[in-house]
Amino acid sequence: MATYTTAETRALPPGGRARSFLRRGQVGEDIAYLITLAAAATIFLITSLIFYELYVQSVISRQKFGFHFLFTSTWDPVAGNFGALPFIYGTVVTAALALLIAIPQGLGSAIFLAELAPRKVSDSLTFLIELLAAVPSVIYGLLGIFILVPFLQADVVPVLKDVFGFLPIFQGAFYGVSYFSAGVVLSVMIMPFIVSVSREVLIAVPRDQREASLGLGASRWQTTWHVVVPYAMKGIMGSVFLALARALGETMAVTMVIGNTPQIKASLLAPGYSIAAVIANEFTEAVGGLYISSLIELGLVLFVVTFIINGLARLMIIAASGGGANT
Amino acid sequence: MSSTRKILGVAVLMLLASTVTWAQSLTGAGATFPNPMYSKWFNEYKKLHPSVEINYQSIGSGAGIAQVTEGTVDFGASDGPMNDMQLADFQSKRGSAVLHFPTVLGAAVPIYNIEGVTGDLKFTQAALAGVYLGTITKWNDPAIAKANPGVKLPNNDIVVVHRSDGSGTTYIWVDFLSKASPDWKSKVGVGTAVNWPVGLGGKGSEGVTGLVKQTPNSIGYVELIYAMQNNLSFGVVQNAAGEFVKASLASTTAAAAAASQNMPADFRVSITNAPGKGAYPIASFTWLLIPQKIADPAKKKVLTDFLSWMLNDGQGMTEALAYARLPKEVQQMEMKAIAKIQ
Amino acid sequence: MNVLMFSLTGLCTLFTIGSLLFILGYLVTHGASALNWDFFSKLPVPVGEIGGGMANAIVGSAKVLVLATLIGVPIGFLGGVYLNEYAEAATAFVIRYATDLLNGVPSIVIGIVVYALVVRPMGHFSTVAGGVALGIMMIPISVRSTEEFLHAVPNSLREAAIALGASKWKTIASVVVPAAITGIVTGTMLDLARVAGETAPLLFTALGNQFWSPGWNHPSSTLPVMIFTYAVAPYDDWHRQAWAAGFVLLMFILAINITARFILSRASYAPRGMV
Repeated sequence: MATYTTAETRALPPGGRARSFLRRGQVGEDIAYLITLAAAATIFLITSLIFYELYVQSVISRQKFGFHFLFTSTWDPVAGNFGALPFIYGTVVTAALALLIAIPQGLGSAIFLAELAPRKVSDSLTFLIELLAAVPSVIYGLLGIFILVPFLQADVVPVLKDVFGFLPIFQGAFYGVSYFSAGVVLSVMIMPFIVSVSREVLIAVPRDQREASLGLGASRWQTTWHVVVPYAMKGIMGSVFLALARALGETMAVTMVIGNTPQIKASLLAPGYSIAAVIANEFTEAVGGLYISSLIELGLVLFVVTFIINGLARLMIIAASGGGANT
Repeated sequence: MSSTRKILGVAVLMLLASTVTWAQSLTGAGATFPNPMYSKWFNEYKKLHPSVEINYQSIGSGAGIAQVTEGTVDFGASDGPMNDMQLADFQSKRGSAVLHFPTVLGAAVPIYNIEGVTGDLKFTQAALAGVYLGTITKWNDPAIAKANPGVKLPNNDIVVVHRSDGSGTTYIWVDFLSKASPDWKSKVGVGTAVNWPVGLGGKGSEGVTGLVKQTPNSIGYVELIYAMQNNLSFGVVQNAAGEFVKASLASTTAAAAAASQNMPADFRVSITNAPGKGAYPIASFTWLLIPQKIADPAKKKVLTDFLSWMLNDGQGMTEALAYARLPKEVQQMEMKAIAKIQ
Repeated sequence: MNVLMFSLTGLCTLFTIGSLLFILGYLVTHGASALNWDFFSKLPVPVGEIGGGMANAIVGSAKVLVLATLIGVPIGFLGGVYLNEYAEAATAFVIRYATDLLNGVPSIVIGIVVYALVVRPMGHFSTVAGGVALGIMMIPISVRSTEEFLHAVPNSLREAAIALGASKWKTIASVVVPAAITGIVTGTMLDLARVAGETAPLLFTALGNQFWSPGWNHPSSTLPVMIFTYAVAPYDDWHRQAWAAGFVLLMFILAINITARFILSRASYAPRGMV
């Protein structure tokens, strides 16, 4: 949070902000405060409203299944038997894989664009990369199934299996559609967020930081990696959160390449399913209170999963930076 | 950005945005399968009646049923008839009954990708059910081989592909499988989305087609129109009379004609596994869902007028788009039913 | 070591740019034949007829995006200002968490919720509902980028302004925000790009329209929904139009992007990276 110590201690009379509001003389100040507070409160309200809607509209299935919903693996619309486990698994696995690929890839690109490329080149390239964010999800999906999947089948996976085939995550038959394909497609989709935001925060690192490091004899890479990047770490982490959120909630592209099979398999090469994908697939055709309610309950589960993952990520950051990090 | 430029920009946009319309406009939503046909019809209808705009959006049969029940659209469309629960729901929410009007016919066909097999494969009912149940696992299984003497079927595992999104095509497919196999009926059942015993899920017909094309030894199902438009080779299925019938516009209409003998008054009927010669067994109507009581007299006039146009002139346009037309008997029954709309 | 690491980063960039160029190239080669003047000026026609276009979808997308920006960016921006300039640690933590949660809600769920909150009470689908849904989706990125770039402005600037007698809000408005404006605009452009391609929320709010959508109260056609409808249809002609529409959408976003940066470069007076 920005420091305004001098101003605040000088401006606030005894009794604090509340009394100052009553006393005239700071109208502009207070209006600004209230407007921004209102905006922040609106955000909180909207999020809560979404949670509330998800909670209320899933009442039928929550009452019927209780916590079993989280641990059951069947998804049977005809018999009315619904369970969330395979979808939770698929969502987490594909998001993790996407981040694993996109973070080094995106950070690498951001470093190049911020530190190495001449400003004009860097600016134009960044325009283009940001365009990747505008490509509609359905196009990613179609390109995924018609181009990426055959490519993975023919060129990438055989090599992976040769080299890493002893690992359980690369075993089993590969039909193209799988957690792996979904993870790769997602990584391309979330990359622009990491690149764009990280590049901006890296550029914003004050020049004197770099000059100090170089002046002490560090090489350019050492400066970049040990001084500039850590300084910008908060912003970079912020971009990762953005990317993570998109990975968790992506629908169309994932459903076209993940195989849409509600099962839990250790191998990344097996087909799977994700929460957002099943909602996208079945919501428009779902009829019947229990069916729709179960789909909405899946949305609620995703909300809670996002909540938990965000919490864990924040804890990790606090632990890594020794507390005090502004998360 | 200077504020004058901003204001100007917004003003231009507002002007663009508020084009005044003098057209009577209706909105309908629902089934994706007949979307190309409906868009053609509503376009043609507008040419005949320039002041009427009927806007149809294909968001899915289930969504169509939901929206017409909520009253956010003037009419719905569905590949599967509404069940009793949904009819009751409509009655309680909108205060009137909802009428079903069949418009065209569609069929689902099996597509496959087997090394070395180029011709049309014949599938018995038991064979198709077994493949999708997962009890028949190899292509050279006797159940398939017997119906295809002279075709060299490999000893490879069958990779089953089905639709992952809820769809009318799935509904027709599993409806047929339920009639073909009591096992399927008890283990899996009928719905726009089911708990598939085996197989990969492709999103949409293009997803299924993509998977089948890229996966050797695979089998899937798509709409006949889709297969025809994309030049996919598809198999021949055995019908209730024991014949192996290749899906076509003619055999689809034949299925409806056979079923129209016992057509219920509300047109809610399944015509899969229809009796009769030349009837393709995996076929179905698709319906428009029209509320029985329409408050706005102008809208009512438009809908009733459109329905009679659709049943006469409209039916002549179906073949060009590879949709099967309604059999004459059904057409006549529907013309009479239009009078029910109040 | 220098060379190795920096070459690796260069490779990363190459790969990223490569993917984009590949996608653009694919869209162009497969959709170019459908790109003609008709595409931009005519309404869609049924299959089998020639001469159709997506004029209403282009206008519809523009309307929905304008509304979304008017809703999402102010709330996001002001929220970001609050988080970085006014909030205490505990409140900030809660609001940030809520923002990240909002960002993670699948677009289809946002569509479903806005349907329940806007479409159902209104009794029909509309452009307004579509704008609201996309606007809600724009908020989190707007907040995050505002906050990040305000945070990057050194405190010395703030203190200098206060020392000169400016009030807090004046400091923010005249000194801090302009210093961060490039980053904030970058964030907004990214934001706009992301929601411009969203299909699912529009399906339940703006629905779609074969014809022109007058005003803001009627269902409206939009580019992403058209792309989706055409791409999954059986007809080759519609596929080509879908690719063309994808290309047009990207060019549209690129144009907005370039315009915004251009205007910004003329107006900004606080060079980046300077202390």
